[in-house]
Amino acid sequence: MSAEFDLKIHDTLADANLQLAIYTATGRLKDKRIEVTADDRLPDYQELRTQANALKKHAIDNLDHYLEEFERNVEAHGGKVVYCKDATEVSDFVLDLARRRGARLIVKSKSMTTEEVDLNERLEHHGLESVETDLGEYIIQLAHEKPYHIVAPALHKTRYDVADIFTKELHVARETVPEKLTLIARGVLREKFLKADIGISGANFLIADSGAVVLVENEGNARLTTSAPKIHIAVAGIEKVIPRAQDLAVFLKLLARSATGQLLSVYTSFLAGPRRTGEVDGPEEFYVVLLDNGRTKLLPDRSKRQSLYCIRCGACLNACPVYRKIGGHSFPWVYSGPIGAIITPQFMGVSHEPALPFASSLCGACGEVCPVKIDIPKVLLELRSDVKKSEAREGQNRIEKLAFRVFAWVMTHPRIYELAGRMAGSMAPAGDGKWIHSVPAPMSVGPMKAWLSQRDLPPSPSRSFREMWRQR
Amino acid sequence: MGNQVSLFVTCMVDQLFPKVGIAMADVLERLGYRVDFPEQQTCCGQPAYNSGYRAEARTVARHFLKTFQASETIVVPSGSCTAMVTHHFADLFQKEPETLALVHAMEKKVYEFATFLTEVACVEDVGARMEDVVTFHDGCHALRELGIKSAPRRLLAHVKGLELREMAPAEECCGFGGTFAVKFAELSGAMARTKIDAILGTGAHTVVSLDPSCLMQIQGALSRAGLNLRTMHLAEVLASR
Ligand code: SF4
Repeated sequence: MSAEFDLKIHDTLADANLQLAIYTATGRLKDKRIEVTADDRLPDYQELRTQANALKKHAIDNLDHYLEEFERNVEAHGGKVVYCKDATEVSDFVLDLARRRGARLIVKSKSMTTEEVDLNERLEHHGLESVETDLGEYIIQLAHEKPYHIVAPALHKTRYDVADIFTKELHVARETVPEKLTLIARGVLREKFLKADIGISGANFLIADSGAVVLVENEGNARLTTSAPKIHIAVAGIEKVIPRAQDLAVFLKLLARSATGQLLSVYTSFLAGPRRTGEVDGPEEFYVVLLDNGRTKLLPDRSKRQSLYCIRCGACLNACPVYRKIGGHSFPWVYSGPIGAIITPQFMGVSHEPALPFASSLCGACGEVCPVKIDIPKVLLELRSDVKKSEAREGQNRIEKLAFRVFAWVMTHPRIYELAGRMAGSMAPAGDGKWIHSVPAPMSVGPMKAWLSQRDLPPSPSRSFREMWRQR
Repeated sequence: MGNQVSLFVTCMVDQLFPKVGIAMADVLERLGYRVDFPEQQTCCGQPAYNSGYRAEARTVARHFLKTFQASETIVVPSGSCTAMVTHHFADLFQKEPETLALVHAMEKKVYEFATFLTEVACVEDVGARMEDVVTFHDGCHALRELGIKSAPRRLLAHVKGLELREMAPAEECCGFGGTFAVKFAELSGAMARTKIDAILGTGAHTVVSLDPSCLMQIQGALSRAGLNLRTMHLAEVLASR
């Protein structure tokens, strides 16, 4: 495990206020999801999950076909599709367009994909102003942080934290009432919307048969972002494409319920191309940036490519007992929680943080709540195996490898196994039937030390089961 | 199906909690089963599998398949080890059709203890008695991979003198997770302490589960916190009278 990962986990666990904030916020989201997906509220919930999984599987298995169809339809409406292979290509495209149009100010609606490519930082580096307009994202941007949660980016901030950030960054009088804080942000952001030259959004779905970008949101800021400025750029991962508009009947029923426990988000926008003659609003130019950034690397593996089905609802984070303890910023990339644990190693390579797929008790809560039925525990296990293979190639972690070879040998030689058990038992400190609090220093190493750092150890029984059985 | 059953007690019960295995055998015998213990048995291979060492896990899994090939029915005092055989062995042998066929045959013969009682033996009242207030902890693999939820509760409901109080939530992981418990010790310990808060909230004196590994984690954390609660495997409760 990298020292950084270890330290971040430790610091988060040690921060009592943060622990409470994470546990409460995720608990609320989790309980709401459970309520609206209960049998009496949504009887066909499991059936919908099965359908959503089948639709995503079909779309990903035929990704080339649907991307081409999507592109044709976007262009038929007068929009343009731009394929980008990585972060640099995305920022180059935006910068070039901004330069040609003389644009200076960009407004953004919430998008994990643009976070993934550090778009704000890249644009600001070249002298453009890029402002987040989703309240949570705006708070995070002012605090110079990355999102803590894929749906609730400022989940870890209390209203007092937000008050501090606004006072410091916006030079306003300190307010701690959430409604008043919202009004402050609204005041600043309205101005930005009116002046912005370009609006950048993400996309929840790309619809192949209608060439439309679908955006789901609660604040209305995505509507303004995509209609007020003269230019709209939607940035989306290539996996976001679904075949038909009618498929939304399945996805929209699941998305809001899984994400926030709402039946439907407040705004669902269908954006298909620039303003047409006779229309009163909408941008003059419409671009869809389709991002690879490692996604195509997942396609050859029949099992692991299910990681691309994700609709970024965040339900797996709220259900995850690990996320609920270590929070979002302990994770090595912008995607946190169970989905982050499976896509980070695949997008960035397993050696980016080799411990990541192991940071799970494999409890399966994520797979149980995932609306598109990604078998996250299964992918984690496959990634663990990938990590070990990569370590073996690099000659790393030799002692652990040896330990497991010995384990396999002992477990296939019952006599040796029994003898080893007896030896270990005779070495263990006598606990008089009581659980053991500590062991002598020379024994307190490795896994033994780690176990005892948190818990007591069971006393070793005088006889193993097989010995008792023989004498029975 | 005859009335002969083989025990797979798991390496953990064999080495650390032998009384759980004895209790399981007692309950089965009282119900009229003839119980045998194939002496060649060791482990299901899960520690290697969950740690990413698939070749080593495969070696141990093969040994398991050989050991229990002749058994008609195998009963296991652990949801997690049962799930390893019934849900993960197949993943290990995708490229070996012959072994895969053996695995699929094995999947049908292996039962977690509570499921065996309610679904094969078709009993809910095993004639047990225990005066106590208990809470039941769902092991994650039993719950989510094997779908075991009501069987242990139905069995506990028939234990005379016993009161079951559900914790909120009973489904949240205790933080064991095999090697996770030592690789991420501090995190695992924090998860155990959250579990313990839920347990204390019920006012129960005893925590019951059908997974010895969860019980080791929970008892270890209870003991470390100086709390005077005990843990018991479901088999031990059902063997009491
Ligand atoms: S993996 Fe599933 S549960 Fe997690 S964010 Fe994606 S769609 Fe939601």
